[in-house]
Amino acid sequence: MNFWQFMVNNRQQVFDLTLEHITLAGVATLLAALVGIPLGILITRVPKLSKAVLGGANIIQTIPSLALFGFLLPAPWIGERAGRLAILALALYALLPLIRNTYAGIQNVDPAVVEAGRAMGLTDKQLLFQVELPLASGVIVAGVRIAMVVSIGLATIAAAIGAGGLGEFIFRGLAMVNNQVILAGAIPAALLALFADFVLGRLERRLGTLPQRS
Amino acid sequence: MTVPPSHAAAIEFDHVSFALNGRPLLRDLSFSVQPGETMVLLGRSGSGKTTALKLVNRLLLATTGEVRVNGQPTTAWDPIRLRRSVGYVIQDGGLFPHFTVERNIALVPRIENWPQDRVTARVHELLDTVGLSRDLAARYPSQLSGGQRQRVGVARALAADPPILILDEAFGALDPITRSEMQKEFHALQHRLRKAVIFVTHDLREALLLADRILLLEAGGVIVNLPAAEFSRSDNALVRAYVEAFAGSPQPQ
Repeated sequence: MNFWQFMVNNRQQVFDLTLEHITLAGVATLLAALVGIPLGILITRVPKLSKAVLGGANIIQTIPSLALFGFLLPAPWIGERAGRLAILALALYALLPLIRNTYAGIQNVDPAVVEAGRAMGLTDKQLLFQVELPLASGVIVAGVRIAMVVSIGLATIAAAIGAGGLGEFIFRGLAMVNNQVILAGAIPAALLALFADFVLGRLERRLGTLPQRS
Repeated sequence: MTVPPSHAAAIEFDHVSFALNGRPLLRDLSFSVQPGETMVLLGRSGSGKTTALKLVNRLLLATTGEVRVNGQPTTAWDPIRLRRSVGYVIQDGGLFPHFTVERNIALVPRIENWPQDRVTARVHELLDTVGLSRDLAARYPSQLSGGQRQRVGVARALAADPPILILDEAFGALDPITRSEMQKEFHALQHRLRKAVIFVTHDLREALLLADRILLLEAGGVIVNLPAAEFSRSDNALVRAYVEAFAGSPQPQ
């Protein structure tokens, strides 16, 4: 049985697992963005916290992913459902690029522009939402892009704890020593990552480039 | 809060000193600027000119002494209100690169919630005032020349018709011809608008053209504070050094 035949014969399952995969990686990235972007903003306002926050996110990244799933297993509510646990673990991994890029993006806004804004009488909130965030948006979206691609890749491991996604095929293929089955998981996962990279990359370029001399 | 007396100077520095991390940047600075008057702070880099300017709109607070704007100490002002009543122009405009010319100029009117038709009318009026075509309103700063950006910077500072204007090396980034044009236009503009102006520069010729009074700063202290007409005749050694440095180069015409 070749790869295409396998895909066609199991199209319903391929579709379901792909959807599950997108949900895992998408919800995780969304959660990470909801926490990571405000944290990134916070450490530009309270520089004392920046070392601790960035260091913490860095340490999370160094934990091997399978081990992180294991560590979270005893957690109440989270540990009850494999899906919740996988999403939390993926979100933790996605935090670093989001915090770091938000922080770097805001720090790199031309200080003369920020000072001009302050001198015009913008409040801190107006300065953040009208000047700093728009000018940092390209770099922040680059962080979202990295987080999304990493999550899609890592989400294949979620199948190891029964959270589903395209990793199901990979682990099943490994157990069956069947390359076709492994590829049925690996190829759609790779395509998903490429697609996310492409779409977010375009958005990033659109936000990151200011209008040039016509 | 005290009611400012009607004869109050627009800006008043009363024995102002400013130190940063124990390093004194301004020492015992006293001067005042009346409505309609242009005061030029002249001095070389590091003399404290920009620091003095930032004390006016409370980007900095005096270490000792008092800075008063319209008779009221800057410490008693709400900093946001104060800054919106002091137009600020910096080198190369300091424009928001992601805003069009129209939005840059309309910044303060918008945050002050002016109705849209009044904002549009004001933007058009200001483009005329600073000699820019209304067609430029939809452009971004990166699509303008240096001179055009500087004009937008002046228009933005004037937008909410603040009684006070402060300019920090405003024309310093321009080529000599554009610079000279801008100086003449600003001079004419000030003649019409009669704001209280503090203009910071290290260029003596610019100072002589624009100033009613010139205050020469050196190492954070006042060397002289003279009417512009008398400045070149002063026999102060530092003034002489300044005048001679500029006499060496031919007058632009």
